[in-house]
Amino acid sequence: MKLVIIKYNAGNIQSVLFALERIGMEGMVTDDPFLIQSADKVIFPGVGEASSAMNYLRDRKLDQLIRELKQPVLGICLGLQLMCKYSEENKTECLGIFDTEVKKFNVKSGLKVPQIGWNKVEDTSEPLFKGIFEEPYCYFVHSYYAELCAETAAVTEYGVRFSSALGKNNFYGVQFHPEKSAAAGEHILKNFIQL
Amino acid sequence: MLTKRIIPCLDIQNGRTVKGTNFLNLRDAGDPVELGARYALEGADELVFLDITATNEKRKTLSELARRIAHHINIPFTVGGGISSIQDVQVLLENGADKISINTAAFKNPSLIAGLAREFGSQCIVLGIDAKKAANGKYYVYLNGGRMATETICLDWAKKGVDLGAGEILLTSMDQDGTKKGFALELTSMLAQGLPVPVIASGGGGTREHFAEVFQEGFADAALAASIFHFREIPIPDLKQFLKGLGIGIRI
Repeated sequence: MKLVIIKYNAGNIQSVLFALERIGMEGMVTDDPFLIQSADKVIFPGVGEASSAMNYLRDRKLDQLIRELKQPVLGICLGLQLMCKYSEENKTECLGIFDTEVKKFNVKSGLKVPQIGWNKVEDTSEPLFKGIFEEPYCYFVHSYYAELCAETAAVTEYGVRFSSALGKNNFYGVQFHPEKSAAAGEHILKNFIQL
Repeated sequence: MLTKRIIPCLDIQNGRTVKGTNFLNLRDAGDPVELGARYALEGADELVFLDITATNEKRKTLSELARRIAHHINIPFTVGGGISSIQDVQVLLENGADKISINTAAFKNPSLIAGLAREFGSQCIVLGIDAKKAANGKYYVYLNGGRMATETICLDWAKKGVDLGAGEILLTSMDQDGTKKGFALELTSMLAQGLPVPVIASGGGGTREHFAEVFQEGFADAALAASIFHFREIPIPDLKQFLKGLGIGIRI
């Protein structure tokens, strides 16, 4: 299986590679359009800031390429957010794959922002959460969240109920970091690999 | 609900885990990666590795260690100890560290915090603060692993650090550290309630009840300890079951 991780100016790619290795998979990190298009599975990771990440993708025409991918694609953290329509983070037009918007947590409500730590992932749906019977705890680090919508595949609460996972056709996204979410995260990554 | 975190801390010297009391008298406590992997399996929510090696070789060994940890361990980890530049941090993050902790270097050069936050984001900048209560009842910041006093009030420095971009505070009470007499509740609650970012309480955890106190009365977001985990005085699964039984939000 050819498993590609899209390379762009967002961090944490090493952790994703190591996590894949732990479940017996080898990923290739690339921004080569041909390699991305011909992969069996594509992971779109990311820790960083939305507008500079979108600029980077547009400059390399990766934005259009990602939208047109037909194989399973998994966005992680900023990756999920960039797959939405729009992000409040520096008023960024995003890829528009998921029909929802990305908002900032309301600091005034007394919430600590970013949300850092393990939170419950509820109302989960298949295929990403297949075989996970209890609502798992996963590891989150983020200041922005995707609003609930018809494509919500899991819900988490932090001051507000938000989409901790999204799914539409061949596109999937998780707001938490499966590569850092212990056994539950490994299970979710395996489910994606087996799609 | 976002859960409270239990964080084992591994002090590293020349590649080995060590543990002392009140910053002194170091004892060997094993291979850090093996220990870390065991903690991850037992349900630790995060790990902190602090390198206390004082040699020039340190920078290289620390990045190699980060890589080994990232390779073997499936929960987040922070690396700290002598980090003083953007390049130091770059190397550690590239080798798989999730966060880095800075302490003395940040105090001496506060613009380092802003530079790191701009470059890598606040979420990976943990500001370590060692504090000690003075006769006047106020808490002051100490540097160089607790060896050097300053005239700066702990809460003032923490607020400034957060304004500059620190995403989390790792607060060590020097009065409590190594005593196993409980966390510094007054100090912890002062910071946890006074800051818009998570506070990790460190120093003094000796019983399961101490952890309950620091979450319920100290309002800590996370609690860190070392020797009680290394020497298996409190098994992490027991601790987490106990806290959950008290109605504290805990990941089991």
